[in-house]
Amino acid sequence: MAHPSQLGFQDAASPVMEELLHFHDHALMIVFLISTLVLYIIVAMVSTKLTNKYILDSQEIEVIWTILPAFILILIALPSLRILYLMDEINDPHLTIKAMGHQWYWSYEYTDYEDLGFDSYMLPTQDLAPGQFRLLEADHRMVIPVESPIRVLVSAEDVLHSWAVPSLGVKMDAVPGRLNQTAFIASRPGVFYGQCSEICGANHSFMPIVVEAVPLQYFEKWSSLMLEDT
Amino acid sequence: MSDHIEEKIKNYRTAPFDARFPNTNQTRNCYQNYLDFHRCNKALTARDQDAAPCDWYQRVYKSLCPISWVQKWDEQLEAGNFPGKI
Repeated sequence: MAHPSQLGFQDAASPVMEELLHFHDHALMIVFLISTLVLYIIVAMVSTKLTNKYILDSQEIEVIWTILPAFILILIALPSLRILYLMDEINDPHLTIKAMGHQWYWSYEYTDYEDLGFDSYMLPTQDLAPGQFRLLEADHRMVIPVESPIRVLVSAEDVLHSWAVPSLGVKMDAVPGRLNQTAFIASRPGVFYGQCSEICGANHSFMPIVVEAVPLQYFEKWSSLMLEDT
Repeated sequence: MSDHIEEKIKNYRTAPFDARFPNTNQTRNCYQNYLDFHRCNKALTARDQDAAPCDWYQRVYKSLCPISWVQKWDEQLEAGNFPGKI
């Protein structure tokens, strides 16, 4: 989850998010290097007493400061395209879950075998136990088996919403009448938080997403318990 | 042929990748399987054949389609005003 005064991304919980994180570090480092160089040149220009009135052109430097930026752009583009194609690979999911956005809660449907469906409302602040996270906790979590490819089909029952879990590197718009597919693998067990990412009315900020990744046996136990309850 | 389908249905995990619908928008994938199930049922029962192979389409549309969509379409089918061609 997000921390106060956090600067970077949340810790990655899926292989794709790891790649995105590393790419971001790579691109940002290039940005810092260029910015530092430019800042240095500006300060040097502004603080010198020398004036040069006689050099008007130079073929060599023109070549250098054309080729070098082109090379830097290629250095950014190659990893970027690699990740783009990685994210576009054909998945073979083990499980399909539908996440339906409502005003103002999510509902999850696990219908591969039985018809399991439940709503997930935010826990009101006054009902939180000590240690729980304000505006992020929900009464029912979307439980998934760890290290399994999961397909999530996102849609909405009323207005636009968006299903996002930053640590899994996932965000998908929930459009009424449309079924949008996204997929991920949770590489480690844990609880991962997200928030609705498309303005949807008064309680848009109060319909969080909580994904809980557990070993397969616990997932099977959980789903039988949930089926009994509903 | 029907053994092969039975095998596939027995080992069913979730709807597999369908090359007809390779992109993000899976709306048509859900709808097409719903249509195919009902068309398959109608065609096989009309010939007095076992409609077991149609179960594949049912498993797939149940995996993909939101419960509310399926309920709405089932009600429309019963009322006779389902917009698709079965």
